[in-house]
Amino acid sequence: MEMTFARVGWAAGVLSATALCTAAMATELEVTHWWTSGGEAAAVAEFAKAFDAGGDTWVDGAIAGSGGVARPVIVSRILGGDPMGATQLNHGRQAEELVEAGLMLDLTDVAEAEGWRDIVNPVSLLDSCTVDGKIYCVPVNIHSWQWMWLSRKAYEEAGVDVPTNWDEFVAAAPALEEKGIVPLAMGQQAWQTAGAFSVLNVGLGGEELWKKVNVEKDADAAAGPEMARIFEAFGNARSLAAGSTVQDWNQATNMVITGKAGGQIMGDWAQGEFSLAGSKAGVDYECLPGLGIKEVISTGGDAFYFPKQDDAEIEAAQKRMASMMLSREVQVAFNLAKGSLPVRGDIDLSAANDCMKKGLEILAKGNILISGDQVLSADTQGQVEDLMVEFWNDTSITPADAQARYASIIADAD
Amino acid sequence: MARSNRPPKLLRNLSAKIAAIPMIATAIVIFVGCTAWTVAHSFTGSRLLPKLNWVGTKQYDRLWDANRWLQSVENIVIYGVCSLIFSLVIGFLLAALLDQKIRFENTFRTIFLYPFALSFIVTGLVWQWVLNPEFGIEKIVQGWGFEGFAFAPLQNQDWVIYGVLIAGLWQGTGFVMCLMLAGLRGIDEDIWKAARVDGIPMWKTYIFIVIPMMKGVLITALVIIAAGIVKVYDLVVAQTGGGPGIASEVPAKYVYDYMFKNQNLGQGFAASTVMLLTVLIILIPWAYLEFGRRKRG
Amino acid sequence: MGELAPGTMTGPRGPKPRKRLSARNIMLYGTLIVAALYYLLPLYVMVVTSLKGMPEIRLGNVFAPPLEITFEPWVKAWSSACTGLTCEGLSSGFWNSVQILIPSVVVSIAIASVNGYALANWKFRGSEMFFTILLFGAFIPYQVMIYPIVIILRELGLFSSLGGLVLVHTIFGMPILTLLFRNYFASLPEELFKAARVDGAGFWGIFFKVMMPMSLPIFVVAIILQVTGIWNDFLFGVIYAGTQNYPMTVQLNNIVNSVQGVKEYNVNMAATILTGLVPLVVYFVSGKLFVRGIAAGAVKG
Repeated sequence: MEMTFARVGWAAGVLSATALCTAAMATELEVTHWWTSGGEAAAVAEFAKAFDAGGDTWVDGAIAGSGGVARPVIVSRILGGDPMGATQLNHGRQAEELVEAGLMLDLTDVAEAEGWRDIVNPVSLLDSCTVDGKIYCVPVNIHSWQWMWLSRKAYEEAGVDVPTNWDEFVAAAPALEEKGIVPLAMGQQAWQTAGAFSVLNVGLGGEELWKKVNVEKDADAAAGPEMARIFEAFGNARSLAAGSTVQDWNQATNMVITGKAGGQIMGDWAQGEFSLAGSKAGVDYECLPGLGIKEVISTGGDAFYFPKQDDAEIEAAQKRMASMMLSREVQVAFNLAKGSLPVRGDIDLSAANDCMKKGLEILAKGNILISGDQVLSADTQGQVEDLMVEFWNDTSITPADAQARYASIIADAD
Repeated sequence: MARSNRPPKLLRNLSAKIAAIPMIATAIVIFVGCTAWTVAHSFTGSRLLPKLNWVGTKQYDRLWDANRWLQSVENIVIYGVCSLIFSLVIGFLLAALLDQKIRFENTFRTIFLYPFALSFIVTGLVWQWVLNPEFGIEKIVQGWGFEGFAFAPLQNQDWVIYGVLIAGLWQGTGFVMCLMLAGLRGIDEDIWKAARVDGIPMWKTYIFIVIPMMKGVLITALVIIAAGIVKVYDLVVAQTGGGPGIASEVPAKYVYDYMFKNQNLGQGFAASTVMLLTVLIILIPWAYLEFGRRKRG
Repeated sequence: MGELAPGTMTGPRGPKPRKRLSARNIMLYGTLIVAALYYLLPLYVMVVTSLKGMPEIRLGNVFAPPLEITFEPWVKAWSSACTGLTCEGLSSGFWNSVQILIPSVVVSIAIASVNGYALANWKFRGSEMFFTILLFGAFIPYQVMIYPIVIILRELGLFSSLGGLVLVHTIFGMPILTLLFRNYFASLPEELFKAARVDGAGFWGIFFKVMMPMSLPIFVVAIILQVTGIWNDFLFGVIYAGTQNYPMTVQLNNIVNSVQGVKEYNVNMAATILTGLVPLVVYFVSGKLFVRGIAAGAVKG
């Protein structure tokens, strides 16, 4: 019974607090997200600081572990009638259904008032927040998969030049192996192998082929000779990474940092690891966008959604938060901390490092590619991940077998 | 069972039934109701949210087409059989050893039991370290001068499931031992005396007299172990993440990943329906034998 | 047995070898000690790692004792490890976990013991069918039940509350606990039950006056099972309890499961040991009770 009283008391407290605060226009909003590591938390802190500065209160609801851990919690709470004020979700197709079920707040009026369509660059990010012409989420950053990271130390030790593209990388591999250096570092998690495959796909096969397979879901293209070449290259990469037994992606990055591996194919979040280790772009490591063949930025990233609540106060605060997240100052501060690219083209990131600047240049040139998250359902991506990680670890599967299975996944894709 | 001298049936049944209301409600609403809900949704194309958009047996066709599911089933059979046998044997042996009026019984029992206090996540994490070839057992033994020693089950596709087994047994056998010990202590001292007088060797007494008398405890242990096997998930996630490749995937992980990571509830429900069906196939004949025989007897 | 071992020849051999160094005892204690090493090894690794600094861990031997003992990881895990923006370590969730644990353990064991008693001694039409269904429930992967239970709790108005979480723990603990109690009560001598019936005791009278006092061992086993399961539970706590009741495992998950950045293995280990302390303490305390309970049961039986 005491517990019940405590709860009633707590609820009453919240009610009266809400009543008191109405005059000051301040509202508490709980925000769930899965950004818990050092750099990520620092980035979230920028959001919280800016939100609190506006007179509201950011109540942090961090739950580590994306996908499997945080998502059932977030979805359950929205379904169970205890929604949070705002929540991180990958934009793209993951939240579609929650929007369609009418569980998310429509942000169109804020977006129109502030002209999001004009300031968000590339505008495709906003498109993936749009359902039936209405905007339901705020994209906050751009993370691109299309990078390869190379260790200067490893190549110096092997006495060869640091490669400037994939073909040179493959050609230099035997020299590394002679010195006991693993040419390609790769973690064991499925998303890492699948990601590396998509980078090979874009880099070696070109954007057109990638789009044909991933956007148009053309199974014939997926089974065709051009893709066969990519699967061959992927099979070759598999043998280059034979000595890499680490589990996490950042352990693989660490192999590159310490010169135990020549290179790693990984998204731009790997930069955080380099900077934590005190490595400098251009001095200790090199970054190759698009495998040095096709300079392109894929526009994946994170977004925030605002579950619908029957309370005008909260709704107003949700909209204040949405507009805060896209504001100039917050975009700069947040993305510098996070190591990602801002979603606004009109801001100055002079504090960015060399690799980030390279990324910004590519972005400014408009060499952008829609991200896998935005065109494939989580289901299809999961199937591709399962296939790629199985192929990567089981050398009895030939590239041709893998391609046939890949084509059938694409044929059923949605 | 002869209980003919009990008072009028209706009254007695009433209080027992009232006391059993929570159980009946749980059985019907949660276990039957939610299972029916799950089975129904396994025939739908539900993705992130449960919906009743029927797609027939499509989810099942896809399930039995998926390499990962087939691998998961194979793994759970290997893991299940080994885990069942080793848990029961090791648990019983340890309990029998502790039952020899030894010194430091408390200490030993606590040592065997404590891993059970730790979650599977912790278990997986620690054993991942201990079995890691770069700084775990392999490195140590090589350091002792056995250069050629190789023991890296978690890095080997064929052995990884046994690496998981080592960790699973470490966590769970202590509790099985505890149950067995409770069972052994429940056995009348006179039976031991009688066996000794008759000159029956100790091992024979255990196998032919004591174990048959521990049926209740054995069934409890069996159910607990088996339920643990079917649900094994956290351990694999923490220890191997299902790898290398898909070599240590298990059905519960397939269900969970499809429901929440891949956002395909229908596929996850189809996989869990297959799991439940398998359990039913085993459980129903057993229940029939168990309860049917009692009625006849 | 034993006549070949040196130093054991002095005494006469009897039916119960009591000599300290008999071959039987060497075998017995030898086996137990080897088994104990297997069980202790990971604990050793955990403790040793939690006392090392990160540079030492990177050197790589998980078995080496720490060169320089530091308690910093422990302090950090308890009071300053960060969960997103709040850096309060595990301490902030500790009392929530206690608050969840006590009612959940009490309610689930109370209900399950009555169930087991009814099933063992007061069978009624259909009772065995319900029991079979319950057993079946033990095999359902609980992740499958998340959404339907969200819906049920929402309709009951219990979603995001302590009461809802206690209910969930009671439900998922019920199959195994009921089985434990049923088997235990069924194994008690039937004469006791009959005698109490003759004395005119009813359902509850027999339960409290005859059955409960004889059931300490099984209650201890049930407590061990529930304390472990509920204290280590993460998923139910984080989904059903509501943010104000988040258990300690939510912080543990956030410390251990951080996806990016450098993994602080020493803090992880300290955090996992700290989180495991409550069940461990329960084990140490109940270990004694366990034996005493068994002794009491044996005297009466």
